[in-house]
Amino acid sequence: MRYILKKTGVLLITLLLISLLAFLAFQIVPGDPTTKLLGSEYSPERAAALREEMGLNRNVLVRYVDWLTGFVTGDLGVSYSYGMGVRQVMEGKGVVTAALSLMAWLLVIAISIPLGITLARWQGGRLDRACVAMNQVFMAIPPFFLGILFTYIFGLVLHLFVPGGFISPQSSFWGFLGYLAFPALAIAIPKAAMVTKLLRSSIINQMGENYVRTAYSRGNSRWGVIRGHVLRNAILPVVTFVAMTLADIVAGSIIVEQVFALPGLGRLLLASIGNRDYPVVQCIVVIIAFVVVFMNYLADVVTQYIDPRVRLA
Amino acid sequence: MTKRILTLALAVIMTAALFIGGGQSALAAETGSTGDAAGGEITVGIASDLDSSLDPHVSSSLAGTREVLFNIYEGLMKPDTQGNLIPAVAEDYTVNDTADEYTFTLREGVRFHDGSEVTVGDVVYSLTRAAGLETGEPLMATLAGVASVEATDDKTVVVTLSAPDAEFIAYMTAAIIPDGSDPADGIVGTGPFKYVSRSVQENIVIEKFDEYWGEPAKADRVVFKIIEDGQTMVMSLRSGAIDMAAHLDASQVAELSGLNVLEGSMNLVQAMYLNNARSPFDDPLVRQALCYAIDKQMVIDLAGEGHGTPLGSSMYPAFGKYFDDSLTDYYENDLDKARDLLAEAGYGPDDPLKFTIAVVSAYTPHVNTAQVIVELLRQVGVEAEIKQMENAAWYSEAYQGRDFDATITGMDASTLTASALLGRFVSDSPKNFIGFENADYDAAYAAALATTDEAEQTAKFKECETILTENAANVYIQDLADFVVTQPDVEGYAFYPLYVMDMSTVYRAG
Repeated sequence: MRYILKKTGVLLITLLLISLLAFLAFQIVPGDPTTKLLGSEYSPERAAALREEMGLNRNVLVRYVDWLTGFVTGDLGVSYSYGMGVRQVMEGKGVVTAALSLMAWLLVIAISIPLGITLARWQGGRLDRACVAMNQVFMAIPPFFLGILFTYIFGLVLHLFVPGGFISPQSSFWGFLGYLAFPALAIAIPKAAMVTKLLRSSIINQMGENYVRTAYSRGNSRWGVIRGHVLRNAILPVVTFVAMTLADIVAGSIIVEQVFALPGLGRLLLASIGNRDYPVVQCIVVIIAFVVVFMNYLADVVTQYIDPRVRLA
Repeated sequence: MTKRILTLALAVIMTAALFIGGGQSALAAETGSTGDAAGGEITVGIASDLDSSLDPHVSSSLAGTREVLFNIYEGLMKPDTQGNLIPAVAEDYTVNDTADEYTFTLREGVRFHDGSEVTVGDVVYSLTRAAGLETGEPLMATLAGVASVEATDDKTVVVTLSAPDAEFIAYMTAAIIPDGSDPADGIVGTGPFKYVSRSVQENIVIEKFDEYWGEPAKADRVVFKIIEDGQTMVMSLRSGAIDMAAHLDASQVAELSGLNVLEGSMNLVQAMYLNNARSPFDDPLVRQALCYAIDKQMVIDLAGEGHGTPLGSSMYPAFGKYFDDSLTDYYENDLDKARDLLAEAGYGPDDPLKFTIAVVSAYTPHVNTAQVIVELLRQVGVEAEIKQMENAAWYSEAYQGRDFDATITGMDASTLTASALLGRFVSDSPKNFIGFENADYDAAYAAALATTDEAEQTAKFKECETILTENAANVYIQDLADFVVTQPDVEGYAFYPLYVMDMSTVYRAG
C-alpha cells in the first residue's frame, strides 16, 4: 500500500515537472502565439495589443499556475490557433492515436514472443540464423521509412488500402482498424525485432544456468526445459521492455501519423508546436508523459507479480 | 549480399501482408468507391490547416486560408483569371476625377448563402467593419484610407477616401457579409460555394450554392483535405485518395505519371532578401556584387529543374503592365565584376565576406535555392552559410524581429495592385523587413498612389521597380513554378495571377 502511494506520488511529481518544463521550453524558443496569428501583418503595436489581449505579457509562472489550476479542474483552455476549446480540438484525435498505439503494441507482442521462443528453441538452426541477420536490418529501419515503403507496396502496388484515404471510426469502424493496420505494422516491426532479440538472448543466457542442467538431468527435452523452467526467468527483462515499448510507440506515432495522414495526437502536437499553441501542446505533452510514466509503473507491478523475488513487503 | 537481404525483406513483408491482409481487400474496394458515389465531389489536398479565424476581413497571414475562402466570399469586385477586376456583388462603379470617391451600383438578385438578398445595408456594414470606421482600427490594412461609406439610395453605395488612390478599386474585393453578422458565429458569403464544416487537421468542406448569381459551380461538393507531408501528398494523389493538389514542385511531379499536370506560376517574388539596414548589406557594392555573382537561370535549372520565371525586381509577369522585363537581366552574370565590387567594398581572399541565409526548412524550393546560391557564391570567395529555421522562429526572428543577414523567401500579393508588392519597401512601412531606405523610392511610390492617370501611375511604379533593381535591394531570383496535378478525369482548373484556388470551374468529366 505504501509502495503504491509512493509510486503514485512520484508519478504526479513527474507529470508536474514535465508540464512545467514544456511550459518553460516555449519561453526559450523564438516566437509566441502572436507570431503565427499576425504573420506578415505584424507590427510591434499589433503584437503588443494582441499579447495584452491574450494575457501573454503576464509572468510565466503566473500563467503556468493559471493553466495548471484550469487543467486540474478540467478546464483545458482554448486553443489559440483554432479558437475553440482544447477538448474540442482533441476530440477524436486521442482515439486515433490510442487505437494506433495499442494495435502496434499488440502486434509487437504477437510477433516477438512466439518468434523469440521459437528462435531460442532451435538456436543455430536455419530459421534462427536468417532471423538474427534480418533482425539487425529491421531494428535499424525507422518506422517512417517502413511507412513510406508500406504505402507503396500495400497501397499502390497491392491495393490493400488507399494511402491518404483515412477512414474515421464513425463512418466505418472496421475500415478504421483496417487502415490503421498498416501504420501499426510500420511502427511495430522495429520494436518487434528488438523484443525478439531480447527474448531470444535472454532464454539462451538462462540455458547456461545450473538449474537448467538439473532440469535436463531429470529427463526434460530442450523444449520442456524452456517451457517449464527457463521462460519464467527469461521473460522478466522482456516484460519491462515491452511495457516501455508502448510508451515509445505512443511517442513514435508522431512521425508515422504524418506519413499516413492520420488525424491523431502526434500530428496535432507537431502542428501546435509550430503554431505555438501552448494549451494544446501542454495537454498532449501531459498525456504522452502520463503514458510513459504509467507504463513504467505498470512494468514494475507486473514484474513483481511474475517474480516473487522482487515482491516488496 | 544486399540483394539477398532485399529479397528476404520483401518475402517477410509479403508474408506479413497475408497475415493482416485478410479483411483488407473489401475495405479497399469500399473506400475506392466513395469518391465516385457522390458524383460531383472533388477532394483537394492542401498542405496546411486554415487559420483559426475564417473571418475574411481579418488580414490573414496564411495564403492557404485566403485561397480556400476565395470560393466562399466575394467583394463588390473580384479578380478574373486574366488579372482584370470584374464586378461581382456590384454591377458597376464610377470613380470621380480626383480618385477619392468611388460609387458602386449593386447587382440585382445577389443572395447570401442563408438565402437573403444583398442590400446596401450589408455592403455598408461590411466595408465599415473591414475599414474599422467605428473602432478606428482597420481590420484590413488596405482599407486604411477609407474615410466614409454611405448608401445614397437602395442600390448605390459611395466610398470616400481620405486621400486619392487610383488603385483603390482592387481593394474592393473585400468580402461582403450580412449586416450585423460576425464570421465567428457563422460563415456566410455570396460566393459560388457555401461553407459546410471544418474538422481540425482533417478537412474543410464546401458545397455548391444553388442560388449563386453568376456562373454556378460545376462540382456539388469540394473537400479540402489537409495533408502536411509532401510525400504523403504524392502518395495520396497516386492512390486516388485525393483528386487534386496545387503548389507541387518539379520533383513531386516527377513521381506522378499518368495524371494531369498543369504548370502555372506561384505568383510570388522569390528572392534572397537582404537586410539593407545592417552590415554587410548596408553597403550597396556588396549587394550588387551578389547580384552579379548569382546566376538566376542556374538556380532555376538546378533547384527547380528548369521550371520558373527569372525576375529582376519585386514584380512578376502576371501583373502585365507593371512588369518591366528589361530589369530581369540588369545584372548580367559576371563573376569578375562581382569580385571587383567585393574588393572595392573591402573583401578579399584574406578577409572573405561571410553571412548566413535564413530559410524556413519546410519550404523545400527555398531551401534548394539557398543550397545552389551557397555554391554559386563560393566561386567568388563568399562564404554563405544556410540557417534552416522552423516557420514560427523565422517569422519571429527574421521577419518580425528583422534579425537576419539574408533570407530566401517568396513575397506574394494579396490584391491585384502594384502596392501589394511594392508598398513594403517604403522607408517607414511596418512591412519593410529588409530596412530599405530610399527617398527617391518613397517619392515615386507616393506619386504613383496620388495620380489618377493610369499611364503615369504605371510609369511611377516602374520607376520604383527600377530603383529597387539599381540599388540591388535584394537578389531577385524567380517566380516559382506552380504545378497543379489532378486525376485524369478531373478538368477545368484555371490559374489566377493571385494566390487563389478557384474550385468553381473544376469538374469530374464523364
